[in-house]
Amino acid sequence: MRDVAVVAFAQSEHSFSDLGWTEADLVMPLVNEVLSVTGMDRSEIGFTCSGSNDYLVGTPFSFVAALDTIGAWPPIAESHVEQDGAWALYEAWVRMQHGDIDAALVYGFGKGTVGDQVGISSLSYDPYYLAPLVPGHIAMAGLQARALKDAGFDVDPDPTPPPATDGAAAVILAAGDVARRVCSRPAWITGLDHRIEPHAVGSRDLTRSPSTRQAAARAGVRPGVVDFAELHTRFEHEEMLLRRELGLDEKTVVNASGGPRKADPIMATGLIRIGEAAARIHDGSAQRAVAHAASGPCLQHNLVCVLAADTASDLASEGER
Amino acid sequence: MTTQASLPPETPQTSDARVVHVLEFPGGYTRSTGPVIGRFLTGLRSGRLFGVRMPDGRVLVPPTEYDPQTAAALGAADEDWVQVGPAGTVTTWTWVDDPRPDHPLDRPFAWALIRPDGADTALLHAVDSGSKAAMATGMRVHPTWRAERTGAVKDIACFAPGEGPAEVPALAPAGVPTPVDGPASDGEAELEPVSMVTLPHRLEYRLRGGTVWNHFIDGMAVGQIRGTRCAKCGKVFVPPRGACPGDGVPATEWVDLPDTGVLTTFAVNNVPAAGAPEVPFISGYVLLDGADVAMLALVSDVPWQEVRIGMRVRGVWVPDAERTRSVKNLKWFAPTGEPDIPFEQFEEYV
Ligand SMILES: [Zn+2]
Repeated sequence: MRDVAVVAFAQSEHSFSDLGWTEADLVMPLVNEVLSVTGMDRSEIGFTCSGSNDYLVGTPFSFVAALDTIGAWPPIAESHVEQDGAWALYEAWVRMQHGDIDAALVYGFGKGTVGDQVGISSLSYDPYYLAPLVPGHIAMAGLQARALKDAGFDVDPDPTPPPATDGAAAVILAAGDVARRVCSRPAWITGLDHRIEPHAVGSRDLTRSPSTRQAAARAGVRPGVVDFAELHTRFEHEEMLLRRELGLDEKTVVNASGGPRKADPIMATGLIRIGEAAARIHDGSAQRAVAHAASGPCLQHNLVCVLAADTASDLASEGER
Repeated sequence: MTTQASLPPETPQTSDARVVHVLEFPGGYTRSTGPVIGRFLTGLRSGRLFGVRMPDGRVLVPPTEYDPQTAAALGAADEDWVQVGPAGTVTTWTWVDDPRPDHPLDRPFAWALIRPDGADTALLHAVDSGSKAAMATGMRVHPTWRAERTGAVKDIACFAPGEGPAEVPALAPAGVPTPVDGPASDGEAELEPVSMVTLPHRLEYRLRGGTVWNHFIDGMAVGQIRGTRCAKCGKVFVPPRGACPGDGVPATEWVDLPDTGVLTTFAVNNVPAAGAPEVPFISGYVLLDGADVAMLALVSDVPWQEVRIGMRVRGVWVPDAERTRSVKNLKWFAPTGEPDIPFEQFEEYV
């Protein structure tokens, strides 16, 4: 694998009410911030990928408006995922493995305050068996919380949702020597993987998260000390479940940033986990950190990113010495 | 945010109002079911629950076309199908204090995962237990069937506590009157298998206009078209943008534009549209004098045969007394009578 690092991270001052910000208003200051922090020029960005959800504001192709912020003329190489920005980062990281570009810009944004989140989340469920009932994300979390409670875990079986939030985040990924040039302490991605489980919640054991366990194993969470972990826990009971599946012990500090329970700018929340974990490496407070992003009902889809102050090849050569 | 901070101080924040925005697909979204889901839904229409056997011998309810574990195709053979329930066991649940209008019940209820007898997985539905205290994991429930069954998950009205009986009322398809004489319906066998579902779709939003949009609308309220200029490349955008799409920087300098310009392209429309004059009507792109982006507008007060690219036009506004805080103040553009502009002069804006 090519050594790729998070070299810059910026997030908005999240808002719990609609301030009339457009997509461009949300994203543009952050894009300019990550460019300025790295001293990079737009022309050095070889690939741009964003994550958002048009249903949040009820405007088809709303993600196109955000392109105003990145200087998309003359044409640039650009892609979008209708998912959290964490998956946009995954796509950018895969794109960088091709080896022909050295830097990528990733951003995610969402306005959670203007729409009906139960209705919107229900539309993302299977349209035959689940969506017609309009269960919504809070009830789905409740089914999982109750299952954990019944299995003997100390969790609240009646979960409350995080505050509806408007916000955005942006990240720059850079490879090898470019990363070392633009960042004094790059947060190297030593492992990145995402796994998904069946969509039907009734066919899953809701007390487990095999997709998280599998992604963690493939991303290489263990062995090694994890100083900080940023987990996409929109509901309280999810932390205990994810800690167990990720294999984190009590020494790992989880969601030092406050986590999604404090601010949940949907479609940026997962990307912020990666950014916050990287920021602990940038500022020297962590040698190794784990970020997690989730999607789908009852943690159906899980992404795990391992970040470290040393690259995998650094560690290998130290081992040889 | 940058855009707000860089606006001139006199920019009025006239609108703090949230406007309701509705995203709706009239008649709902239709989807084909495929053979497996269609067969399950056909079962619901006849008041029966079916599961499909997976390669490991377990029974999947509700069925899908593939094994969730191995992705093997399921349900191809009749013998793979198993009637289950109708009674079943709650495997987990969560309470709903405030039902929504689109929920199966109009009183507090539980969402539950229910494993029908004979099945190895559970389906999601509502349980009408009357109270949260009456709910428990492991409790026995049975379906309550609607008479108006269409082959959809809501053919089950809800589940109720206890073993049953799960009586299935005679089928009364929606829109088909129940015969006064004889059985309500013995026509189930004559119905085609379910192959489509329709999902009603309506979402409401409460949106607040952006600062840039508000300042533009305030101009339109007094008959003034306003654009923004990019400090880097100097381009003028109308309707205004808060950011220059070319440079990715704030475009925050306000520019008052005249309501005259050139028609860069147009279309003759023969299908009526909301807000348009009678058909045929002309829609086109007008490059206002001093602007760098052509704006979409209507063109009128001219026979459609005489409209041409390069024609000079001027805005036609509603009378002062009728003006509102709306883009509709600018009714359309009409020819000024000036000589046409040569194509080369606006080619780069087409
Ligand atoms: Zn510009």
